[in-house]
Amino acid sequence: MAEAMIVFENVTKRYQGGQPAVDALSMSIDKGAITVFVGPSGCGKTTSLRMINRMVEPSSGTITVAGRNVSQEPAARLRRSMGYVMQSSGLMPHRSVLDNIATVPRLNGVPKAAARKRAAELLDVVGLAPVLGKRYPSQLSGGQQQRVGVARALAADPPVLLMDEPFSAVDPVVRDELQQELLRLQRELAKTIVFVTHDIDEATVLGDKVAVFAVGGKLAQYAAPEEILRAPANDFVASFVGRDRGFRHLAFNAADAVRLHPVKMVQSAERTVADGGPGEWALVVDADGRPLGWSSPRDGTGLVPGGSLFHRGDTLRRALDAALSSPSGLGVAVDDDGRVAGVLKAAEVLALIEETRQNREERP
Amino acid sequence: MSNIFTDTFAWLADPQQWSGSSGIAVRLAEHLQYTALVMLIASAIAVPIGLYVGHTGRGRVAVVAVAGALRALPTLGLLTLFVLLAGIGLMPPVWALVILTVPPLLAGTYAGVSSVDRNVVDAARAMGMTELQVLFRAEVPNGLQVMSGGFRTGILQVIATVSVVAYINLGGLGRYLFDGLVLSDFPQMLGGSLLIAGLAIAVDLILALFQRLFLSPGASAKPDRSQPAAVDLTDPVTAEAVVQGGTS
Repeated sequence: MAEAMIVFENVTKRYQGGQPAVDALSMSIDKGAITVFVGPSGCGKTTSLRMINRMVEPSSGTITVAGRNVSQEPAARLRRSMGYVMQSSGLMPHRSVLDNIATVPRLNGVPKAAARKRAAELLDVVGLAPVLGKRYPSQLSGGQQQRVGVARALAADPPVLLMDEPFSAVDPVVRDELQQELLRLQRELAKTIVFVTHDIDEATVLGDKVAVFAVGGKLAQYAAPEEILRAPANDFVASFVGRDRGFRHLAFNAADAVRLHPVKMVQSAERTVADGGPGEWALVVDADGRPLGWSSPRDGTGLVPGGSLFHRGDTLRRALDAALSSPSGLGVAVDDDGRVAGVLKAAEVLALIEETRQNREERP
Repeated sequence: MSNIFTDTFAWLADPQQWSGSSGIAVRLAEHLQYTALVMLIASAIAVPIGLYVGHTGRGRVAVVAVAGALRALPTLGLLTLFVLLAGIGLMPPVWALVILTVPPLLAGTYAGVSSVDRNVVDAARAMGMTELQVLFRAEVPNGLQVMSGGFRTGILQVIATVSVVAYINLGGLGRYLFDGLVLSDFPQMLGGSLLIAGLAIAVDLILALFQRLFLSPGASAKPDRSQPAAVDLTDPVTAEAVVQGGTS
């Protein structure tokens, strides 16, 4: 078992005269792992997160971080020992990006020059250009602001990071990017991260463990994401993870065994009889062999946009999606340089899925 | 040909009017002194209360009610009352003016603090700032734009109304109004009025300059992309659509 970093013991939060927002929560959060709190609005996931750094005080019960009861520590000092990233970046509008990142070290008494130097390093860690350091938050895009928010949370190198729906206000493409960045960072830093989201996809992508909260502040299931998708503990969890959970579960199986087939490749969508003429789908590639789209067999003119791409090492979910989203029914697989490695077929991916399932059943 | 305007101009241009113990230069200095004294005392009262109410949200209703009531008091009546109660001297009229100046300063300070995005305040606290640090490192710097608006309104009001102290035999530019009235010397009255108005404009310009120099460009940056406007009029396509009444 992993070492516990944060422990909730019978924690209840009741706002004046209402139903409990969090009801007798007991759970233990692993050190050095990402634990995701997920659930619908009003399930108490954010309240639970905010009780860890005493932004909300529990009505009863105790929370310990690294063995120390949080209610025994001065709130301000406790909060400086944990990074906090919120949905709206919450950056200080009047301070430059560098000074925003330097906030907590400055509160801890680090001299200005040293704090700024550290801030500049962090700018690089979160993938922002040094030139952005002198800007003000309002001059950044939403995605850039969230990166600065993450850098600010990391500035004092706290062992614990609390993240309250940090990526929910950015567009899906940027969100995907930020999620991958977070996973990359976590591989290097191994922080204890508590991450709140209402998006089950985000939870399964990021979480080493996922805690599903039900309305009324009850913990409905707390397990590895793969297990939550495969074996929901009850109807609530099953309905929350949604109808696509079977499909989502494919994201936990590697598709290394899927077969790649050769494909007819052409340099231009304008096909002539010399190219073999219309008759079958042909993949249009650029001079370096990177896919551009498809040339239709019906008329052989005009570029048809391609589907999603399958990269080496991707999961069964990506493999199936590549095949299903492709206009030709053939999923395009590319190598690390983005060149076409071959195509894969939906039927073969399904066969592989079936094989994987049988292997699991045969295992003791 | 002589009319009130040329006479006023002649009065203002007369070097004799500018020198001496009751010259315009001395009167201007007196006027500024009274203004500074009133602003100092009023700020000492209004700013701490405004910061407290803005930060905690406590006593908001009381402050709004009291500030509104104080604004309704008639200046001259209040001045006379204070002189009757406390006698002739500098301080009774100053206190009367302080009472009239506290409301705009209080409202400005309170509004400034509470105008700061609650997410910013929440983040400041979550970073581990103490309540005082939240106030002075997050709320005040970002509320300064609104706060200085209240301060400028207040100082303009004081420059204008501090003239009434001349009514009880004190100095300042108000002397020209009351003396002119008694002597039916209208050019002197008009000249005095112009001086007061000129002083108010000059002071406001200086304050605007200070505001520009000392306010963080980030705190007043526009447009704020984190909270996009419902309609972005800087975008030519949208602007055109709005002008023409919709995007069809």
